[in-house]
Amino acid sequence: MHELSIAASIVEIVERSIPAEPAVPVLRVSIRVGRLAGVVNDSLEFCFSAVTSGTRLDGATLAIESVPVTLRCGECGKTSVIDDIAFTCPSCASPGVSLETGTELQVTEVEIADPPSGEQA
Amino acid sequence: MSVITIERKVLEKNDEIARLNRELVARHGILALNLVSSPGAGKTSILERMLERIKDRVPIAVIEGDVQTDLDAQRVARYGVPAVQIVTRGGCHLEANLVRDALAGLNLADIKILVIENVGNLVCPSNYDLGEAFKVVVASTTEGDDKPLKYPAMFRNASVLIINKIDLLPYISSNADTLQSNALSINPALTVFRTSCTTGEGIDAWCDWLIARASALKASR
Repeated sequence: MHELSIAASIVEIVERSIPAEPAVPVLRVSIRVGRLAGVVNDSLEFCFSAVTSGTRLDGATLAIESVPVTLRCGECGKTSVIDDIAFTCPSCASPGVSLETGTELQVTEVEIADPPSGEQA
Repeated sequence: MSVITIERKVLEKNDEIARLNRELVARHGILALNLVSSPGAGKTSILERMLERIKDRVPIAVIEGDVQTDLDAQRVARYGVPAVQIVTRGGCHLEANLVRDALAGLNLADIKILVIENVGNLVCPSNYDLGEAFKVVVASTTEGDDKPLKYPAMFRNASVLIINKIDLLPYISSNADTLQSNALSINPALTVFRTSCTTGEGIDAWCDWLIARASALKASR
């Protein structure tokens, strides 16, 4: 359910970050989503296509970069990517780990179309 | 075509409002907690037991979040404490702007502990900072002792775990020790309480701990 408000926030951030004129279409929006961000990608894609309808983002691709959960161990210093979400170091079993990656939820990049020929961007 | 690099957090607006909320309650020396759980774990029942024990010792107020109805606010209002209801109308979690608006309806100078009862949901509320001092996650024994492993983000982001409905343990296969060790494997820093809202067991320990935390805070004006 909250994918809808996330999709709306993404559109808002994109619209604020691109030049207002010329009002060329947005072709692609790239986002980074950590595994612990609590976002269901399919649901976000569906909501994105719904909230972009009729805007400059209509038809834009939502490119989702999924970020794994990475732990850094305070004991042995190793950084490990984990599949099963357990917050202990896979190398030395210490619970003294900090989360390096996995909670990201960011808009990273936008690709916009060229203005029609004869206009300068 | 041209590519524009943005690098902006999707929830930056929420985070900014949450920061302002946090500053506002801190200025008034209020300890604000964000009470989260799945539906039916016993958030409102715990809150009622808390109000009974705390309201005559420390000024306490409540912000109630629900998808529909103000039934929970009605339950809370019986205790004669200030309470503001937020109805999200389908929204699966509270957001910082809703809490900001609710704060405007409370007399902050007269509050020491503020309980924000979130919408029952173990997924979405973990990502939305409301401006609270910390999150309190309630897991009831009847939900199964593997809950923390299924919803790691929520247990990772909480500071306190309340294992509720311990009076039902003799009748069910789930084990409170397993639930606790699963939660601590996700977040070793959790402070854990075990409670029953039916017998009242463990509620005093939780309330005393909370009051001690609140008493340590000072208003800056």
